[in-house]
Amino acid sequence: MSDLFSNWHLLSFSDDGWGWRMLEGLWSTFQIALGAFLMGLVIGLLGAIGKLHGSRLTRSLLAIYTTLIRAVPELVLILLLYYAGTGAINQVLDMMGYRPIDISGLVAGIVVLGIVQGAYATEVIRGAMRAIPNGQLEAAQAFGMSPVTVLRRITIPAMIPHALPGMANLWLIVAKDTALLAVVGFSELALITRQAAGLTQAYWVFFLAAGALYLSLTLVSNVFFRRLERHARRGQPGLS
Amino acid sequence: MNSDIHRSRNEAVVVNNLHKKFDDLEVLRGVSLQANEGDVLSIIGSSGSGKSTFLRCINLLELPTSGDIRIAGESIAFKQSKQGLIPEDSKQVQRLRTKLGMVFQSFNLWSHKTVIQNVMEVPVHVLKQSKQDALERAEHFLNRVGLWEKRDQYPAFLSGGQQQRAAIARALAIEPRVMLFDEPTSALDPELVGEVLKVIHDLADEGRTMILVTHEMKFARDVSNQVIFLHHGKVEESGTAQQVFYETKSERCKAFVSSIH
Repeated sequence: MSDLFSNWHLLSFSDDGWGWRMLEGLWSTFQIALGAFLMGLVIGLLGAIGKLHGSRLTRSLLAIYTTLIRAVPELVLILLLYYAGTGAINQVLDMMGYRPIDISGLVAGIVVLGIVQGAYATEVIRGAMRAIPNGQLEAAQAFGMSPVTVLRRITIPAMIPHALPGMANLWLIVAKDTALLAVVGFSELALITRQAAGLTQAYWVFFLAAGALYLSLTLVSNVFFRRLERHARRGQPGLS
Repeated sequence: MNSDIHRSRNEAVVVNNLHKKFDDLEVLRGVSLQANEGDVLSIIGSSGSGKSTFLRCINLLELPTSGDIRIAGESIAFKQSKQGLIPEDSKQVQRLRTKLGMVFQSFNLWSHKTVIQNVMEVPVHVLKQSKQDALERAEHFLNRVGLWEKRDQYPAFLSGGQQQRAAIARALAIEPRVMLFDEPTSALDPELVGEVLKVIHDLADEGRTMILVTHEMKFARDVSNQVIFLHHGKVEESGTAQQVFYETKSERCKAFVSSIH
């Protein structure tokens, strides 16, 4: 534990310190998390609409998607989608006569985690849509709104306050899940921390610093989501 | 209340021989009505007589099993499906619904919108009026129901009576051919019923066409020029308020209206 007291200079922002690299790692983590979260949000929105209003086939396919993704450990999914996914894309490209491409770690990370997030977001948003009092949707219909207008003007804005707590959870989960991408060699915060700690042997310093960075990301997000929820619940007395 | 005068006006809503089945339960067994412009038509009857279901069939919130519906002279086109009738053209249904201003028992205001946003929503996003026009009209109709000062409140912060008046303003704002009221005071505390009935009474006095489902017998008697008494999904008695309330030969109708007098 001696490094706990003597090695803090390793985190400095000077040339031989790891400060900037740690912050770069945090930035990568944030970018993947945000990308995956937004992708999950889009999948979740479409998935929830499909589960509630889709044909029987759509609903079955979505049920398979959410069940499988939520049943298999994320680490396994990441390995599967990353290696098998890039392999499959390159095979398809090869068959079509194109050269194999090198898929960027950032894009792959976003897509893989986005697919995982999408499964959870589908369920969160489906529940939130079901929580809207039916009378409000009926009123929209009764006044001649088309299904798309009902969705855009009533369902989506009315479901947001119900979905926010669940979506805030998913954001915090994806922010930490980015660390799993270290196994496919993407240099986000966790991988850089491991490299730095391994090279300098200052495990305490670097893992504590990484913990603090993840914590600060969480705390800042909490403030943001609390504000968002307060705004979304402005029409509900006693909850704002 | 000379019904001949009303017969000469344009028809607003005509329903012919409407049937509605929920699985094996036949809720409506051949109900017809005609409301002309300026008519105030009340549908009364005990719980389970099918009166709310009938009203909800007029704007197709419930799909009838069979029958014809004509709104402002235009028949709703149906096609037969396994479950019963379904509309042939959803665009036609959406268009005809904008001629029907519905007021619900439980208000059904959009809780994420302020009062004035509720009133402006359909004019702007369905009828495609400009925001400025819709705003001016919304303020006018909120004034009309005595809620102008509450225009920037959210529905949950209003009393039931205020919410229902806001819902009436929302229905008025689409300038409907016919107002449909589905037991508009049944969800209200007794002391709030009066303010809502007064607004509806004023609308009737203006000559607006309305179809009301109500438990307020005195009110139905006072505002309506046509009353229909439904019993087990059939029209048991119909006519002027005078005929239905005082001259009916139906024992059931007599018993029903007398129990409430």
